[in-house]
Amino acid sequence: MELNAKIPPGPLKDKWSFYKDHAKLVNPANRKKMDVIVVGTGLAGSAAAASLAEMGYNVKSFCFQDSARRAHSVAAQGGVNAAKNYKNDGDSVYRMFYDTIKGGDFRSREANVYRLAECSAQLIDQAVAQGVPFGREYGGYLNNRSFGGVQVSRTFYARGQTGQQLLLGSYQALMRQVAAKTVKLYTRHEMLDVVVIDGKARGVIVRNLDTGEIERHSAHTIILATGGFGKIYYLSTLAMGCNASAIWRAHKRGALMACPSWTQVHPTSLPQSGDYQSKLTLMSESLRNDGRIWVPLKSSEDRKPNDIPESERDYYLERRYPAFGNLAPRDISSRAAKERIDAGFGVGPQRNAVYLDFSKAIKEQGKGQIKEKYGNLFDMYRKITATDAYVEPMMISPAAHFSMGGLWVDYELMTTIPGLFALGEANFADHGANRLGANSLLQACVDGYFIAPYTVSNYLAGEIKSERVLIDHQAFIDAEVQVRAQLSKLLETNGTKTADYYHKTLGKLLYDYCGLSRSKKGLIHAIEEIKKLRADFYKDLKVPGDEDEMNGELEKAGRIGDYLEVAELMCLDALTRDESCGAHFREEYQTPEGEALRNDEKFCFVSAWKWQGEGQEELLIPEPLHFENVELAVRSYK
Amino acid sequence: MKLYLKIWRQSDAASQGKLVDYELDNVIPHMSFLEMMDTLNEELVLKGDRPVEFDHDCREGICGQCGMMINGQAHGPIANLTTCQLHMREFKDGDTIYVEPFRALAFPIKRDLRVDRSAFDRIIMAGGFISVNTGQAPEANGIPITHEQAESAFDSAACIGCGACVATCKNSSAALFTSAKISHLAKLPQGKMESRKRVLSMVKQMDEENFGHCSNTEACEVECPQQISVLNIARMNWEYSLSSVLKK
Repeated sequence: MELNAKIPPGPLKDKWSFYKDHAKLVNPANRKKMDVIVVGTGLAGSAAAASLAEMGYNVKSFCFQDSARRAHSVAAQGGVNAAKNYKNDGDSVYRMFYDTIKGGDFRSREANVYRLAECSAQLIDQAVAQGVPFGREYGGYLNNRSFGGVQVSRTFYARGQTGQQLLLGSYQALMRQVAAKTVKLYTRHEMLDVVVIDGKARGVIVRNLDTGEIERHSAHTIILATGGFGKIYYLSTLAMGCNASAIWRAHKRGALMACPSWTQVHPTSLPQSGDYQSKLTLMSESLRNDGRIWVPLKSSEDRKPNDIPESERDYYLERRYPAFGNLAPRDISSRAAKERIDAGFGVGPQRNAVYLDFSKAIKEQGKGQIKEKYGNLFDMYRKITATDAYVEPMMISPAAHFSMGGLWVDYELMTTIPGLFALGEANFADHGANRLGANSLLQACVDGYFIAPYTVSNYLAGEIKSERVLIDHQAFIDAEVQVRAQLSKLLETNGTKTADYYHKTLGKLLYDYCGLSRSKKGLIHAIEEIKKLRADFYKDLKVPGDEDEMNGELEKAGRIGDYLEVAELMCLDALTRDESCGAHFREEYQTPEGEALRNDEKFCFVSAWKWQGEGQEELLIPEPLHFENVELAVRSYK
Repeated sequence: MKLYLKIWRQSDAASQGKLVDYELDNVIPHMSFLEMMDTLNEELVLKGDRPVEFDHDCREGICGQCGMMINGQAHGPIANLTTCQLHMREFKDGDTIYVEPFRALAFPIKRDLRVDRSAFDRIIMAGGFISVNTGQAPEANGIPITHEQAESAFDSAACIGCGACVATCKNSSAALFTSAKISHLAKLPQGKMESRKRVLSMVKQMDEENFGHCSNTEACEVECPQQISVLNIARMNWEYSLSSVLKK
């Protein structure tokens, strides 16, 4: 099997225009006859559903939350990037493209990344038109802040709730279409399988989480916008319900998974405080605009932070990366924190944190200024820790965050199953081996608003002759039987351990062996342990209740069953990549200074994995990356 | 610490619910309230009992999915906090805690502490948006909006749709929720054009959903995790009167 990314011809800056000029169209009368299913109502899902419905397609939209407005895009804090160059600081589409390619450690496709930067300005226009209240200067024009890994200010923000405000914009656009009856919305529905007929995606099996009822839905095309799976680490910045099930089940039906081990570990989350903990709360990267990161110079320091004099503090990011300082990219900042913590300089009761200090900024700018920029983040910090960060530095620690990996997609965002698209964090496309801050909201929005309407139409233009599939087709019956069998299996085990036990055990394995640093020995060990844990899961799991009712434990168990398979592929993916790049840091491959050592000769490719059946090792299908516009350079922020 | 819990259990909308007693040992003050509930559920599952169903997702106070009446207060004893941000250090050893769902005619109970808040979605459907299609947007800086205007619109737009305002209101009024969206959009030049039609349509939908009327007790603002101001309600009333008069 050869992977074809379907990159349009021509120079880099003209590729997307070329595509749009030549994409096939569906005439308005025919659009009404075509059904589109969108799974997920985060930024990518609701933007795609609303945009396609505005065009005239029949859309069905699904989410597991009780309202489309609660999808986890809502939690993104800091901002969204766009190459508007409003700050007159030398920004351009090309520079944004280069920053993103370099930020991803040269492991993404040039054409995709360029398109992301190209569409970024349009997104700000769209969001403002929807009523997103971005931060403004006193003259009435839009303001920007800086984010990690770049030297310009291109991040637009709505205080520390940018994700919420962008999502409300797309949610409202979606609800407008629901009211117009062009979208039928199914909340509290979870997708459990994709139905493939004659090689094409033609439907989904979903479970109504309120009643337990299994439903079949058919369409001409299926769009998965189901987000990332960082929750696989159990302790993460993600919402409790975030999961890999939709994309994993699509994977088992033939969609390739790309680089699943590339998980971003966010440097500024609240540290773990005990075993009962269910999540790690993120503190926005925007705080690093004004906050300085440090640890004591002395290991096992017992003095309070404010009692440690300036001369006994180690501002290690400023020391190691003077050019970018506290705004070094996330992978680098997280690893630098881990290095200090592992060396015994960590702070806090568990010695697992570093300080994020605002005293200098407060002294220079005044408390009022800092409060206006980050007020809600300081409030959130106080609510959780009962500490006032205006007086004492915050304590922060790295935590699993974003999945750069996901379903492999081509330039059209289509997976290897024709008619099945993957948008937003659910796909592997633009971020390479490390995502820059404020690029996730951007990618989700651009995929949903500006790319899917063209590429989905281009696909549907070839389907106007295909009849609506009836849901009593044998493929639907077979898929439903499989889904029901899986649910019964979880309920019938009747063992002695809860689903959370397995999730926590798995999460710890992944943090230890497939987290911030990885080694051959550790990964081989982890794969063995994951196999054992999975076998135990199906022997000793306990799920009370029935499948034909609301059953939160059954939902959880289903997702963890999938995680136990995803985790093994993550470790295999990390094990077979004998280099360090971005978030993937193999201990065997580093420079004498401890920086990532890429191997462009052997590993300048995307690892796409093909499911080979239960118990079989997955097949690696590489997609070589070609760089025609940028030179593969050593990624330095020094 | 040890806690005595009285939790509302109800199998579905049609059945009768009741408070059930539970005892929980080894509660740690650093735990969040929902982590305490997780611990209880873990015990129930291991005993083969049905765990307590409750709504939650992001656990950082922004998705708006969690919400319980804790000792009779929406989101518990601390003002301007979601349930997921409440920590056990606010309680003491030996406390008895009553945990009930948000109660309102417009929020039918689905099971235990989970309620149906889809009425909020239908209020938004009635006009809580700006009618702009993808692709129609003009250049973002083409519409200057003063700093104060943008900040004020943000204050209204910050609502997370949790429903605490309804749960705490003696009339089960959704005035704070509805007015926050009306104000957010009306305060911006982009949203102003449709504001007259919007307020009439959203208020009508609010009434049809069986929410009560606002009688200005201002309890909603006290409980609101985002500190949405009751001035939004005053603004909605003004906008509503104006639109009704001008319609005639």
